[in-house]
Amino acid sequence: MVKGKKISIEFLLITIALLFLGAMIYMPLLALLAEVVQGGWDVIVKTWHDRNFQSAVLLTILTAGIAVPLNTIFGLCTAWVLVRQRFPGRALVMTILDLPFSISPVVVGLMLVLLYGKHGWLGQIFDRFNIPIVFNLPGMVLATIFVSLPFVAREVMPILEEVGTAEEEAAKTLGASGWQTFWLVTVPNIKWGILYGVLLTNARAMGEFGAVSVLSGNILGKTQTLPLFIEEVYTNYQTGEAFAASLVLAMLALVTLVLKEWLSQKTGSGHRRIH
Amino acid sequence: MVLYLLLMLFLPILTLFATGFSLPPDRFWSIATSNLAWATYGITISLALGSAVCNGVFGTLVAWVLVRYDFPGKKLIDASIDIPFALPTAVAGVVLTTVYSENGILGRLFAPGSPLGSLWGEEGLRLAFARPGVFIAMTFVSLPFVIRTVQPVLEDMEKEVEEAAWCLGASPATTFWYVIFPPLIPSILTGVALAFSRAVGEFGSVVIIAANLPFDDMVSSVLIFQRLEQFDYPGATVIGIMMLFLSVALLFVINLLQNWSSKSG
Repeated sequence: MVKGKKISIEFLLITIALLFLGAMIYMPLLALLAEVVQGGWDVIVKTWHDRNFQSAVLLTILTAGIAVPLNTIFGLCTAWVLVRQRFPGRALVMTILDLPFSISPVVVGLMLVLLYGKHGWLGQIFDRFNIPIVFNLPGMVLATIFVSLPFVAREVMPILEEVGTAEEEAAKTLGASGWQTFWLVTVPNIKWGILYGVLLTNARAMGEFGAVSVLSGNILGKTQTLPLFIEEVYTNYQTGEAFAASLVLAMLALVTLVLKEWLSQKTGSGHRRIH
Repeated sequence: MVLYLLLMLFLPILTLFATGFSLPPDRFWSIATSNLAWATYGITISLALGSAVCNGVFGTLVAWVLVRYDFPGKKLIDASIDIPFALPTAVAGVVLTTVYSENGILGRLFAPGSPLGSLWGEEGLRLAFARPGVFIAMTFVSLPFVIRTVQPVLEDMEKEVEEAAWCLGASPATTFWYVIFPPLIPSILTGVALAFSRAVGEFGSVVIIAANLPFDDMVSSVLIFQRLEQFDYPGATVIGIMMLFLSVALLFVINLLQNWSSKSG
């Protein structure tokens, strides 16, 4: 009797959980797949040959190609300094490092337009050399860097802390130089953390919409990344193309998740970390 | 490294404040408290709060189910919780609009004339292109937070304590409310605060699913975007500063909550 009641509660709770997840996650994704299948092969081929789609793909890869390496290198440095050094204002830097996660992407775009725009502090300097930033590729790269900046540092910091300094100190006593210690001792210890951070950085960089949208002039074919392309064609009622392009980014997201799962099994942690 | 952070993070934030506070105070105040601005704050905060609470309830339930019960496909479902974080917001907007518009699979359920829709009157309940759509988009993008903050706490919880409560004659309901629920509160609140903070700032999915009508379903981030499109920089800056204040305040609250949960956990 008690056993039966317990199982029925269990059944009820599982059903509610699955209904919630189904309505929020699974149905929308299945609907996307259904729409693409319904659109048929022709739409996929047409989208693939669309000039604007092709340039959007290239631009997405290009912005991520610039933003991800930069954020990886500087994220590593930031993590190392924040974990290994003690200096005044360290807590402040840690708090500010988290800001890109909580500021609205549109506000990020706004800040960059103000700073690099015609009358902005840095905009005036670049204007003198005739380098356009805002409403152009450099602005979009800057926006991408801003929103994906904290990932590597955030992933590497806890691992650095856990690894401790013992091995690094041993290397130093044995006569290794600073660089040797870093490359041969520190990096191998944290390599999975770095990879994990790079993965998240890349996913965010390729998918960013709000901030990049503000910084792009939104000139079709010239300054459109894939997310911008999707929004544009969707609001123009070219839904077939929008679904096909969405599927590309959805696949990217799924690949990211699978790799993430694989990496977290490697490190045995990180699985439940939020962000 | 310091230069990089300075250039990439500090300077843009500083510029925002410098630009905003170079306006005369009464001008700043009149933009920040204009009718349209107030309307967007109200819509943004109420919908974000609603979606955060919704995630608080269902997120806790999903975490509970994933930690305590065994059923086929559980691992896959656990991994799929992170989809909203990995999926670009523009894609989220497109797929949610498809499903929740009047012709969509789930939107159809609430369309005029349908049994569920009739509960809301002759017009049915409009999901996409209205406030409920914004609520759905906000719930989607912040869905993993509560689940991922509650899960580890539930996993660490010792079953012995529960069993002890049972042995002492407590009913399942009493055990839940007095033994299981209290230690979860800090982590649930942390997750809700994180979800709220994410929902308040959300733009991509919201701008696609909403009709973006002023005083109806236009949120603050969309207002900033529209002002930027019209090159109304002061108008955008002031609302931007208000939103930034809110995010910083939330960050502070989240830090406090996280300290609390690490102490009690």
